[in-house]
Amino acid sequence: MVYKQSIGRKLFVVVNGFVLTAVMLLGVLPFVHLLAISLSSNSAAMAAEVKLWPVGFTLEAYNYLAQKSEFLRSLGISAERVALGTAVNMLLVVITAYPLSKSNAQFKYRTAYVWFFAVTMFFGGGLIPTYIVVKETGLLNTIWALILPGALSVWNMVMLLNFFRNVPKDMEEAAVIDGASHWALLWKVYLPVSLPAIATIVLFTVVGHWNSWFDGILYMNSPEKYPLQSYLSTLVTSINKQAISVEDLKRLENVSEKTLRTAQIFLGALPIMLVYPFLQRYFIKGITVGSVKE
Amino acid sequence: MKNKALRRFRLELPLHLLLIPGVLVTLVYAYGPMFGIVMAFQKFSPALGFLHSKWVGLKNFKYVFNLPDFSQVLWNTFYISLLKVALGIVVPLVLALLLNEAAKNWFKRLVQTSIFLPFFLSWTVLGGVIFELFSLKGPINSLISGLGAQPIMFLGSNTWFPAIIVGSDVWKGMGYNMIIFLAAIVGINMNLYEAAEVDGAGKWKQLIHVTLPGIAPIVILLSTLSIGGILNAGFDQILILYNPTVYESADVIDTFVYRLGIFDQQYAPAAAIGLFKSAVSLGLVSLSYYLAYKFSNYRIF
Repeated sequence: MVYKQSIGRKLFVVVNGFVLTAVMLLGVLPFVHLLAISLSSNSAAMAAEVKLWPVGFTLEAYNYLAQKSEFLRSLGISAERVALGTAVNMLLVVITAYPLSKSNAQFKYRTAYVWFFAVTMFFGGGLIPTYIVVKETGLLNTIWALILPGALSVWNMVMLLNFFRNVPKDMEEAAVIDGASHWALLWKVYLPVSLPAIATIVLFTVVGHWNSWFDGILYMNSPEKYPLQSYLSTLVTSINKQAISVEDLKRLENVSEKTLRTAQIFLGALPIMLVYPFLQRYFIKGITVGSVKE
Repeated sequence: MKNKALRRFRLELPLHLLLIPGVLVTLVYAYGPMFGIVMAFQKFSPALGFLHSKWVGLKNFKYVFNLPDFSQVLWNTFYISLLKVALGIVVPLVLALLLNEAAKNWFKRLVQTSIFLPFFLSWTVLGGVIFELFSLKGPINSLISGLGAQPIMFLGSNTWFPAIIVGSDVWKGMGYNMIIFLAAIVGINMNLYEAAEVDGAGKWKQLIHVTLPGIAPIVILLSTLSIGGILNAGFDQILILYNPTVYESADVIDTFVYRLGIFDQQYAPAAAIGLFKSAVSLGLVSLSYYLAYKFSNYRIF
């Protein structure tokens, strides 16, 4: 199709290009700035000379971090959390979505179960009662406090359930005639067919576990048990806000460990930045499938 | 007859078994806290637990509603999240429309990838970035001093802080809604544009008469669905970014409950506010789903 390129249209194209470039930079430059500081000499960072390129380039901060036990320990805890948490979440989401994807004719109590789960999407006990339940079930200070309370994401389960429903019925019937049990049906027919949905949910789950920081602060009594993001939150801001004042804020800006702090924050974002461009299309698929459905 | 029921039960038994783990986890960690809400009506003591603490009726509610800061907290919650909802729809909408006009595909993808990036990062990381950018010696302030003005203490100012909260939230979230809007724009029937062109409509007229009506349903849907979250002004984000100097303008229900409950150990009054919030939210969510169903025929199941 050929458009008549009026002057107004040409002008719009140029302005539009500028605006979009500006917005694009808004998404990227802050992180470039962060990286530049972390690669600069401490004195340059302190004097706020660093903009988008390192001043007095050095890897000192990163070398130091390679031996910093708090950082490495919290990184280990995060890795454990992501591995264990994703495994638990995925298992639960799959074995819960499967029975609920059956029709009422196949599974008499389906509707009752669905309501049982759906209620939790709309009503919750809130922070304090949840904290008390986690405490009473003995999870405080264990990695399970970061995994069990959110072990079943009802949102993801509903998404997978809707996906399972579209599994071709003749495939299922063929397997049943061959004598397949529910268990075999789930693993040999349903899962292979639903791989795109599974991939999307795995990614959401991994990112969710990696990024969570508040539950670590809430449920772990000692900083030695913090996952990476919780540990980072203590660097970024003093969580015990009772005491902090404007003076503290100024002090926080001047801590001598500025390059170290920015290096750690950057490393906290790095795994996601590395994999994100490749996984983006899965996310987009997940979002559009989940929301733009009629 | 009895035999048939038995056979059906045997057939469905594996399905029940598969549901056991999910039911248990949900029962303990989702329903448990819901029953724990009774503490809002108790003089709760952790030693006695939910079952044996003394009942005090509505005393906790009276106590918290009369706290001097409470009305301010309610107001902050409302206006911060209203601004977030409004801008969180308008900004991505405009971006999607602009991006749709970009000619080159590689450019589109590059812009989309960059805009979407902050969405995937935690508030700890983004908080670190924001502290860096808006600090007294940070790039924003050096720009301001470059223009000859006084540097601004953005994160310690009750005037600026809410703007930073809303702005950074829009920044983090805009990629998400933008992608939904883009998908909706792409889904519009091309014939409509061709027909409009035959009728002599320019690009602007096409926008007004084809594109906007075409994506109106999804815009309405997202707006109605966000009504339900109006009491969630952004707990993670504010907890990372705020400090006592800006409580006045940025303390919201969730952060208030957190400090009251966890720091001051006033479990029962904090749970009372939590219950108040959950109840109002439930009403709002029901309303939003009802509206979404009515206007867009939207159903989750």
